[in-house]
Amino acid sequence: MNRRLLIIWCLIIGCWVNTYADTLDIVAGGRFEKINAALAAADSGDVLRIFPGLYKEGTLIIDKSVTLLGIDYPRIDGEEQQEIIRIIADHVVVKGLQVQNVGTSYTEDRAGIKLDGVQNVQIVENRLINCFFGVYLKQSNDCRVVANQIIGKAEKEMSSGNAIHLWYCKRIEVRDNVAEHHRDGIYLEFVDDSQVTGNTSSFNLRYGLHFMFSNYDDYSHNVFQSNGAGVAVMFSRNIRMNNNVFQDNWGMASYGLLLKEIYDGEIKENHFIKNTIGIYGESANRLIIQDNDFQSNGWALKILGSCVDNTFTGNNFLTNTFDLTTNSNNDYNLYQGNYWSGYSGYDLNRDGYGDVPHRPIQMFSYVVGRVDVSIILLRSLFVDLLNFAEKVTPVFIPEGLMDTQPLMQPRP
Amino acid sequence: MLKILKYSFFDLSRSYWSYCYLLFFLITTTVLLYLSQDPFKVMVSLLNIVLILTPLIGIMLGTMYFYNSREFAELLLAQPIKRTSVFLGQYLGLSLSLTLSFLLGMGLPFLFFGVFGSDHTLDFLMLIAVGVLLTLVFTALAFVVASRFENKLKGFGLAILVWLSLAVLYDGLMLILMLVFESYPLEKAVLAAVLFNPIDLSRILIMLRLDISALLGFTGAVFNAFLGTTQGMLVAFLALLLWVTSPVFGFLHVIRGKDF
Repeated sequence: MNRRLLIIWCLIIGCWVNTYADTLDIVAGGRFEKINAALAAADSGDVLRIFPGLYKEGTLIIDKSVTLLGIDYPRIDGEEQQEIIRIIADHVVVKGLQVQNVGTSYTEDRAGIKLDGVQNVQIVENRLINCFFGVYLKQSNDCRVVANQIIGKAEKEMSSGNAIHLWYCKRIEVRDNVAEHHRDGIYLEFVDDSQVTGNTSSFNLRYGLHFMFSNYDDYSHNVFQSNGAGVAVMFSRNIRMNNNVFQDNWGMASYGLLLKEIYDGEIKENHFIKNTIGIYGESANRLIIQDNDFQSNGWALKILGSCVDNTFTGNNFLTNTFDLTTNSNNDYNLYQGNYWSGYSGYDLNRDGYGDVPHRPIQMFSYVVGRVDVSIILLRSLFVDLLNFAEKVTPVFIPEGLMDTQPLMQPRP
Repeated sequence: MLKILKYSFFDLSRSYWSYCYLLFFLITTTVLLYLSQDPFKVMVSLLNIVLILTPLIGIMLGTMYFYNSREFAELLLAQPIKRTSVFLGQYLGLSLSLTLSFLLGMGLPFLFFGVFGSDHTLDFLMLIAVGVLLTLVFTALAFVVASRFENKLKGFGLAILVWLSLAVLYDGLMLILMLVFESYPLEKAVLAAVLFNPIDLSRILIMLRLDISALLGFTGAVFNAFLGTTQGMLVAFLALLLWVTSPVFGFLHVIRGKDF
C-alpha cells in the first residue's frame, strides 16, 4: 500500500515537473540547435538554456512564460536588421544573453529586447551591444530591468535610439545598468511609480536620463557623466532625485540637470561636478533642493524667473565660476542655510551662520546672461569692481535674493 | 650695451625696491599656498595679483628708474657710446631685475610646496610666463612715457593713466560696446579686441585653463576653439611678444630724436 502510494506520488511529481519546469538545452549537436525550435516545443514555465554560439534566427517572439537563460553569454545576432527578442507573454525571464547588432530604422522602433504589453517580466544581466534601441518597454507593468550592459554605437541624434526606453509603464525597476553611446541613456515617457537606481549612464548623445510626463518616480544613486546635455526632467510631478552624481556635462547647451515644468519634487544629496550648468530650472515649482554639492561648475544654478516657491537649503557651493544666475528682477524662491565659498562675511556670535546676508548673484552673471560674449571679461579687474559696486548697492540683481543664514563652514 | 645692462642690474640689485618686490611675491605666494588646500583657489588669487600688480609695478618702477637715472645716462652719453645701447641697456637691466624678483618670489614657494609635478604644473608655468611678459611690456611702456615727457609729474600721471586704461577702462569700454551691439555676432570682434590689450590677453590665456566649464557655453566654445589650440596659443604669445617689442622700438625712436 505504502509502496503503491509512493509510486503514485512519484508519478504525480514527475508529471508536474514535466509540465511546469522542463529544461530545454539549445546547443550545437543537441536536440535543439535553434532557439526558435526550442521555443515551439516549450511550454509555459520551461527553462531554455542557451549554450555559447552565434544564433541568427530573425525576431524571436516569446509568447509563453519561459525563462531564457544564457550560459556564458551566447550571441544572438540581428544582422544589422530586425528586432531580436520581442516578449508578448507575462512572467518571462531573460538572463545572461548577448544581444547584438540591431539595425537602424526610421520607421519602427527596433530594439534588442522589446516588452510589449506584459507584466512581471525580468531582464537581467544581459549584454546589448550595438542595438538601435536597447531594452524597450511598451505598456508593461511590474517589470525589472537589472544589471544589463547596454552599449551602442550612436553617432547622430537623428539615427539613434535609447538604451533603456520606457513608454506607458507602471512600477518598473531599472537598477544597476550601464548605458553608453546611445541617444538617451534612460528614457521615461508616461511612466509612474518607478525606480531608477544605481545605473551608470555616460557618453550618450543627448540625455543621460530623460523624464517626460512621468509622476511619482524615484531616481537615486545613479551616475550621469559626459552626456551630450546631461539629465532632463520635464513635465513631471513628485519626482525624487537623491544621491546621484552629475559630472562633466560640458558643451554649448549642456547642464547637469534640466528641470522644466516640474512640480513638488525633491533633489537631495546629489553631486554636481564640473558641469557647464549644474541645475537649469525653467518653470520648476515647489521643489526642495537640499544638501547637494555643487563643485567647479560654470554656473551652479541657473534659475529662471518662472521658478517659484523652491527651497534651497544646506547646499555646498564650492569654487563655481558663478553660483547663481537668473533673468528676472524678482525672485520667489527661498535660499537659506547654504555654504557659499564666495561668502566674505563673519560670524561674531559663533553660531555657525554668517551674520551678514550673502547675495549669491553677481552683477556680472546678470551681464553674461544678457550678452553672451561678455564672458571674455570674466575675472577682469573692471568686472570685480562692477560686482563690488553692485554688491554694496544692488540695482540690477533681485534685492530680496539673498541667503540670510549663510553657513560659515561647508556641510561635511 | 651689455656693460650698461650689468651696471643697471647691479645698481638695482642694491636698491630697496627690488627686495620689496621680491619679498611681496614671496610672502603672498607662500601664504596663499600654505593657507589654501585648493590649487584652483590659489591660481585665481595669484592670477588677480599677477594681472594687477606686475603691470602696475612695472610701469611705476620703470618711470621712476628712468627719471632717477637721467643724470647717469647724461654722463654716459658724454662718452662715445651709442644712445640706443645706453637706454636699451638700462631697459634690459631693469626688466631683468624685476623679472628675477618675480621669478624668485613666485617660483621658490612653488618649488617648496611641490607644485611642480602636480596636475597644475602647466597652469603655474603659464602664470609665470604671463607675469614675465607683462613685466617686460609695462617697463617698456614706462620708458616710452618717461622718455617722451621731461616733466616728472606729467610722466607719472600718464604712466598711471596707461595702466588704468589697459587694466580697467579698456574692459569697461569693451563691455559698453558689447551691450550696445548685443544683437550682432561679436565673437570675432571681441577676439580681435582682446589682442590689443596685453592684460586681457594674459587673463584669457590663464582663464582658458581655469574656468573651462563656464567658458564652454557657445561663446566660450568659440574662444576655446581659437585660443585653446596650440595655434591660437602661439598667436596669443606672438601678440604678447609684439607688445614687448613695439614699445621698446617706440622709446628707442623717441630717444634717437631727443634733445638732451
